[in-house]
Amino acid sequence: MVFRSEEMCLAQLFLQSGSEYDCISELGELGLVEFRDLNPSVSSFQRRFVSEIKRCEEMERILGYLLREIQKTHIAVPEEDESPLAPPPRQVLEIMEQLQRLEMELSEVARNKEKLQRNLLELTEYTHMLKITRTFIHSRSRYEEFPTMETDSVSGCTGMQRLGAKLGFVSGLIQRVKVEAFERMLWRVCKGYTILSYAEVDENLTDLDTGEISKSVVFLISFWGDQIGQKVQKICDCYHCHLYPHPENDEERADVLDSLRTRIQDLNNVLHRTEEYLRQVLQKASESAFSWVVQVKKMKAIYHILNLCSFDVTNKCLIAEVWCPVSDLANLRGALEEGARKGDATVPSFVNRIPSSDTPPTLLRTNKFTSGFQSIVEAYGVGDYREVSPAPYTIITFPFLFAVMFGDLGHGIVMSFFALWMVLTEKQQKKKRSSNEIWETFFSGRYIILMMGIFSIYTGLIYNDCFSKSLNIFGSAWSVKAMFTNQQWTNKTLQTNSLLTLDPNVTGVFTGPYPFGIDPIWNLAVNRLSFLNSYKMKMSVVIGVIHMSFGVVLSIFNHLHFQQKFNVYLLFLPELLFLLCLFGYLVFMIVYKWLAFGARDSSQAPSILIHFINMFVMQGKDLAPLYPGQTGLQIFLIVIAMLSVPVMLLGKPLYLYWLYRGGKGLRRRRGYERVRRVSEDDTSAAASYEDDDEDEGLDEMPGREALPKEFDFGDVLLYQSIHTIEFCLGCISNTASYLRLWALSLAHAQLSEVLWGMVMRLGLRMTTRVGVVFLVPVFGLFAVLTVSILLVMEGLSAFLHALRLHWVEFQNKFYHGTGLKFLPFDFSLLPSVFEQDGLL
Amino acid sequence: MPSLLFCGPKMAACGIVISIWGVIMLGMLGIFFSTKSAILIEDVPFTEEDIRNDKNPPGNIYGLYTQVGINCFIAAGIYVAVGAVSLCQVRLNKRQEYMVT
Repeated sequence: MVFRSEEMCLAQLFLQSGSEYDCISELGELGLVEFRDLNPSVSSFQRRFVSEIKRCEEMERILGYLLREIQKTHIAVPEEDESPLAPPPRQVLEIMEQLQRLEMELSEVARNKEKLQRNLLELTEYTHMLKITRTFIHSRSRYEEFPTMETDSVSGCTGMQRLGAKLGFVSGLIQRVKVEAFERMLWRVCKGYTILSYAEVDENLTDLDTGEISKSVVFLISFWGDQIGQKVQKICDCYHCHLYPHPENDEERADVLDSLRTRIQDLNNVLHRTEEYLRQVLQKASESAFSWVVQVKKMKAIYHILNLCSFDVTNKCLIAEVWCPVSDLANLRGALEEGARKGDATVPSFVNRIPSSDTPPTLLRTNKFTSGFQSIVEAYGVGDYREVSPAPYTIITFPFLFAVMFGDLGHGIVMSFFALWMVLTEKQQKKKRSSNEIWETFFSGRYIILMMGIFSIYTGLIYNDCFSKSLNIFGSAWSVKAMFTNQQWTNKTLQTNSLLTLDPNVTGVFTGPYPFGIDPIWNLAVNRLSFLNSYKMKMSVVIGVIHMSFGVVLSIFNHLHFQQKFNVYLLFLPELLFLLCLFGYLVFMIVYKWLAFGARDSSQAPSILIHFINMFVMQGKDLAPLYPGQTGLQIFLIVIAMLSVPVMLLGKPLYLYWLYRGGKGLRRRRGYERVRRVSEDDTSAAASYEDDDEDEGLDEMPGREALPKEFDFGDVLLYQSIHTIEFCLGCISNTASYLRLWALSLAHAQLSEVLWGMVMRLGLRMTTRVGVVFLVPVFGLFAVLTVSILLVMEGLSAFLHALRLHWVEFQNKFYHGTGLKFLPFDFSLLPSVFEQDGLL
Repeated sequence: MPSLLFCGPKMAACGIVISIWGVIMLGMLGIFFSTKSAILIEDVPFTEEDIRNDKNPPGNIYGLYTQVGINCFIAAGIYVAVGAVSLCQVRLNKRQEYMVT
């Protein structure tokens, strides 16, 4: 973890025409630099490598289709551990060809399969229809005899002479849901000249157009007359029935059934073979699918980057501008050499560092442990270039402040074990790459949770709170027996009083403070909360003032680094004095009262709050002082604090105004010194950091006779007065804000107590035989509620409040957080479209 | 034999976690009740008569303490059984996953 962000420089890469692809590929593998766009005015369709990108997108489209087909057949795509390199241009055509061939094959096979399935459905329906209409005919044949039938050439359906009129048959299948409407329509249109009989098909058939599985009904319509026949045909068309020719007699029916059976069997065979073939093709494709996806992704990324570069006039060389960390320049050169070697270049590509007045992006190197803490700092704002980073301190202060609000030994142990499990199995979890965002959030914060859990164990031991019960490790320092031996209490006192107070002034009752943490006897005391509240509130204020002073002290490093030494005297010193004179004194009073007053004179111990208020209103002569000389010291501190306010308010604007106006001849020399110092230093650092109203003296570069920049006194004064008011009022409100440490720990302790009292106690209080078994589910319920309410809900709440304390109360003392993050061109950081779709 | 699997992998994992936690915590509670720790006085089901009509103070209360302690140990034992069942479920789930893919 680093103190401040890394030094960056702007560099120009000169890439030779033949080897630029390989150089950028090398850079992408290493992830060293961030490319700048040298063609911002060119639209994406006019850039140089548009056709290559289009080709990559075509390949991605085919790959998407391929992966979807593979997913449909439930074949797993094996992933390799090392990702393949971006393919050289000659290999690209091969891959393209393979993909196109695969696509054609797959679409052909899919089409064939669909045709076959449609065919199969027709044959199946026909079979059903034949079987079911057979039952109709046979059930009717009990009543009627059917003389020979003749095929009517006009209507195409079999008809028969009966009672002088032609009896025609139309048979087919219709969907179950439409049957009633169909029947009604037939009745209304044909006015009773039709008879419809229908029966449901047992098997569920898939409608190929919609893909639904629905019930179908076989129907047989017998009608008299040609006109009716045509009407029936039209109605059947309208209801999307599948019509099949009705056989004339039983022999024909049996023949057709047989042939259908064989045809269905053949079709099934063919379908089966087709599916196997399809599976084989997909299996073979799936083996290289992963590497193709990665290669295409890398290729597309390289072409995007190449589009950002500009060609020089001779068109032989590509120029790229990159932000590069100064410490990585050697690696950059090495990467370019490697790329040139791979691309068989005659002229090597080289790097040229150029000065720049733009603000470089901020880079802070992290490892897997520190990246979590860095990300929670960055969620507030990425630090300015070369600003002091609050992240290294956050590693300790954040879990500590969380633990102060969460302090419970048992809960801390459960949380630590959970985090430990995540940390120990992190390799397997990383491979799994679940799509559940909440789990991903918890997993990426596993080290934070581990630290929070460990610190919670520590504060749990201090608060002596384990699932709302105290642990008596060292033996309580309070003795009830001593009250009896000293004749303070008798049996009568016990019988007549419901509450009794142990008096520490009686010998033997209080034998000294508990070695570590809060005495366990407080768990049994009724006035436990009054004691703990006083302790926790004072502790919160003490921690708050220390944290804020630390923040103010950190601002020195920023002032010194950005060469604004005047800020140290005009900003930092008054800020620190104001904070310490008022709230530092409050902390002093708290500690003094703890040390100076004991059990004997505790009744005379004055209220710190009253003294503090009296200090401000300069009253309270009749109050007994805490210590001799108190009034004098307090007046002195108030005066210093009051004096530092105008210094903060007016000091900096007046000083800058004096500089701008020409500080009585001293300025020329000073300015010269400053200019020299600036040009020796990293040029991007000093010139870029400040707001425009602070830097007039420094901006005088070689053209010393040139007019200095605009200096708006009103603007500076306004900015400074806002800062002063914010700081002074903020001191008070922020100190009070730290009282949330007390509030949340109280809430947690009370919730924990309530949960034990309302859940666990019920199970423990049962002494019947049944009660034993009752304890088992009660404990299960207790565990589930502990995890969900106390660990998850309270944990998130304490996390949020600790984070807020860091972001607002700590960081607004020194941190600006208005920078840009360094985003290197790295293949591993590029998102994969297919992973997002869940295809890989 | 019909499949002995009746819960999914996540449920079985929860079962194991709660069982381990139950065994440890109920075991420790049992120990603390047996050593008659004063902090747990609220959880012992004593009544006014136990205190008044005690021949041998505080024998009644001590008896109740040991009783609750034994209850806790029995519950811990039951959780051992629950844990074993969950472990079996986890193993069966793993085997089924292995066979399907």
